[in-house]
Amino acid sequence: MSKASISIGGVTGKVPVMEIKNIVLRFGGVVAIQDISFDIYEGEIRAIIGPNGAGKSSMLNVINGFYHPQEGEVWFRGRKRAAMKPYQIAHQGIARTFQNIALFKGMSALDNIMTGRFTHMKKGVFSQMIWKGSAEREEYENREIVERVIDFLEIQHIRKTPVGALPYGLQKRVELGRALAAEPQLLLLDEPMAGMNVEEKEDMSRYILDVNSEFGTTVALIEHDMGVVMDISDRVVVMDYGKKIGDGSPDEVRNDQAVIDAYLGVSDN
Amino acid sequence: MANVMETLPALLEKNSKIYGNKPAFREKAFGIWQTWSWKQVHEEVDRLSLGFLELGIKEGDHVSIIGRNRPQLYWSILAAQNVGAIPTPMYQDAVAQEMVFPLSHCSAKFAVVEDQEQVDKLIEISDQIPDLKGIAYLDARGLRNYDHKNLHSLKELAALNSKEEVLRTELIKRQKNQNLDTKCVLLYTSGTTGRSKGVVLCNKNVLESGKAGIEFDNINQDFSLICYLPMAWVGDFAFTMGLGLQSGMCLCCPESAETLHEDLREIGPSYFFGPPRFFEALLTSVNLKIDDAGSVKKFLYRYFMGVAKKNGEKILEKKSVGLINRVMYLLGDIFIYGPLKNRMGLSKTKVGYTAGEAIGPEIFRFYRSLGINLKQLYGQTEACVFVTCQPDGEVYSETVGVPVPGVELKVSDSGEVFYRSPGAFLEYFKDIANTNKTKDKTGWVATGDAGFIEEETGHLRIIDRAKDVGKMKQGSLFAPKYVENKLKFYPNILEAVLFGAGKEYCVALINIDLTAVGNWAEKNNISYASYQELAGNSEVYNMISDHIREVNESLAADKSLSGCQIKRFLVLHKELDPDDGEITRTRKVRRNLVSEKYSDLILALYKGAKEVFTETEVTYEDGRKGKISATVKIQDIQETVYQNEVA
Repeated sequence: MSKASISIGGVTGKVPVMEIKNIVLRFGGVVAIQDISFDIYEGEIRAIIGPNGAGKSSMLNVINGFYHPQEGEVWFRGRKRAAMKPYQIAHQGIARTFQNIALFKGMSALDNIMTGRFTHMKKGVFSQMIWKGSAEREEYENREIVERVIDFLEIQHIRKTPVGALPYGLQKRVELGRALAAEPQLLLLDEPMAGMNVEEKEDMSRYILDVNSEFGTTVALIEHDMGVVMDISDRVVVMDYGKKIGDGSPDEVRNDQAVIDAYLGVSDN
Repeated sequence: MANVMETLPALLEKNSKIYGNKPAFREKAFGIWQTWSWKQVHEEVDRLSLGFLELGIKEGDHVSIIGRNRPQLYWSILAAQNVGAIPTPMYQDAVAQEMVFPLSHCSAKFAVVEDQEQVDKLIEISDQIPDLKGIAYLDARGLRNYDHKNLHSLKELAALNSKEEVLRTELIKRQKNQNLDTKCVLLYTSGTTGRSKGVVLCNKNVLESGKAGIEFDNINQDFSLICYLPMAWVGDFAFTMGLGLQSGMCLCCPESAETLHEDLREIGPSYFFGPPRFFEALLTSVNLKIDDAGSVKKFLYRYFMGVAKKNGEKILEKKSVGLINRVMYLLGDIFIYGPLKNRMGLSKTKVGYTAGEAIGPEIFRFYRSLGINLKQLYGQTEACVFVTCQPDGEVYSETVGVPVPGVELKVSDSGEVFYRSPGAFLEYFKDIANTNKTKDKTGWVATGDAGFIEEETGHLRIIDRAKDVGKMKQGSLFAPKYVENKLKFYPNILEAVLFGAGKEYCVALINIDLTAVGNWAEKNNISYASYQELAGNSEVYNMISDHIREVNESLAADKSLSGCQIKRFLVLHKELDPDDGEITRTRKVRRNLVSEKYSDLILALYKGAKEVFTETEVTYEDGRKGKISATVKIQDIQETVYQNEVA
């Protein structure tokens, strides 16, 4: 599909921050992603949805630089991206959360979020060890940003609690906190609401919307809960068996016959 | 100009001159305690007052304050008073529809709110509150894309503005119009019995009752107070504004509701108020932690708590105690009491009060034996809190103390308690009939509580709400709250509602305490998925029925109340919840509503059924409604069988 045919939702700006062009990803003989193209505009909330095994997480891992597609290109901020290591991607301003929470279980929520500041710390190991002076200042500056994230996510009460002891919903929030602490330009969320109850989902939706409107962060998210996706995202990409079957505003996608078939099934007669 | 001591803003100005750079407010934010001196607070309130004037707030307008305890919201209260408006704090956890009544009743012109959540609620009900002309918010988060025509940030309001001179002249003019009789605040009662009433307090009420409270306990400017109770509740207003501004003590706001215990520990307030529920919950958590502690710690705790039980209260009350006992208590203080008090954040507490409900004697004595000067007071919104307090050294768990300076007390023939005090309210807002019914021409106010003055101590003792006290069919006294309190002293029972007026025997609806019973269940290998499942467990029923039998025994010993013994009970399938209106936001049971809502259950209790199927409507936190259904077991007290049904 060419760029021109992509329908446009109610997005501000419409400057693509990331363009995915004709991505093909294979694991041996299995084709996980077949020739997918779409773009993500600056400041929008972009959702990727699809049934189980549609290749959504693989897509996120391509954007994230964790998988290297056999074909196709990823353009970030108008430049074609070479194959990079995930940490190099992180330095570019892309942060993510994981479907299965990937936190340091034995560390406090505060320390976990602090690790999100890693890419912003410039002092070397030795000055960190001596700590006085500039390294101390740097730590204060970073701690302040972390505290703002803690305040934003309203997790002051678990600041010093080891993450492993927290309920699932709060762990998810800490993980979002770590991603936010990196002050990303593009935030990737892999099923941020999986396994949550209604109230936790509503909270999480509110945080995602607030991140987007307060900091202008571009958000790309994968989610199963159709209700949530339709409520909060500006544009939606629909995947099925590694192919893109729909792309557009939530309303357009909802009424798309291919999407309905993929989700509700097609009757034989 | 208004007399320096006649208004709260004038007091603030005085404090800024006397105390200057001494801390006035603290709030934990971003993990650090932020401090504002009296001078800074005075400047902030001054700027905010000018901002309010610029918005066009008029004298006599009501300004609604909605949010949790934040310094800026307290300043908004003062700024509103400064421009001659009447602040009206409201419960921030009320759902939008609940806010319609107070906001429309007082025709609030303006609202100062904490955050987006409150703004959303006000926007939701905006059709029903046409008088509301503007909203100011504290936290801008999430509000960026809102229409800001009538929405203002508190920060911008307090910023410098060009018309300062004109506004300043107006401000001074308005300050001059204020005196002791000016309305100071409008507080809505929690409405235990039907609709809540708007209580109007004038400056004199707040200042005089605050002064009495200060004199009673010798409070001074070196005290500190942690502000964590709802701002809409009279206690918070009286302690922060009445006591706080007059004594010059430091007011500390916690970081969030969930961090209270940690913040309490960091501040170590010297003046502390907590409802009985707070102390109960704290003791429960201490007991749970001790249960999980190592054997040495457990032994030390048990041993020294025994020592404290024997001599702690005597030492606190400076009574004579033998040398060996004193040494043992000192050791206990080093090993147990000191660290424990530090954990609870009460090690610096010079004066601690509890009120609102009866507190369990065991709980009360626990804190006192540790050396915490916990006392009881009796107060009302209508009295601006202070009616009676327990003096140091005269503390009993069943009484509420003696009248504070300036308060007169009498008990009518029907047993209802009346008082007359300078703190007695001006009126119920827009409700002359009720005002006259409650307060007579000579200033005596009916409390609505039944009680008597104990002869040996001279202390007031409250039995129950006067109108709840009734008669059983056979003519004996029915005092539901008295019995409910006895039940609630058991940590396993969170709430109890007793019925029996005009009947042959009493029945009870019980709510179990999920923390305490849950912990017990865990220890006894009883698995459960929800409150409902645990509530229906037959072992839980047996445990509750043991408690009820003990209460019945103690009631049987009391001649006048022996008719109130409970014959049948059930454990409710859901917790009584303020969102459903079953209890008030200050957690008092709305008896009528509960008896209507659960009329099928009560009927079954009297009909002798073994179980009953019921369906109940519940309201979720965001105001949506749902239904839960359950088959609730009913148990007789005499016929308790120790069955083993657990698989």
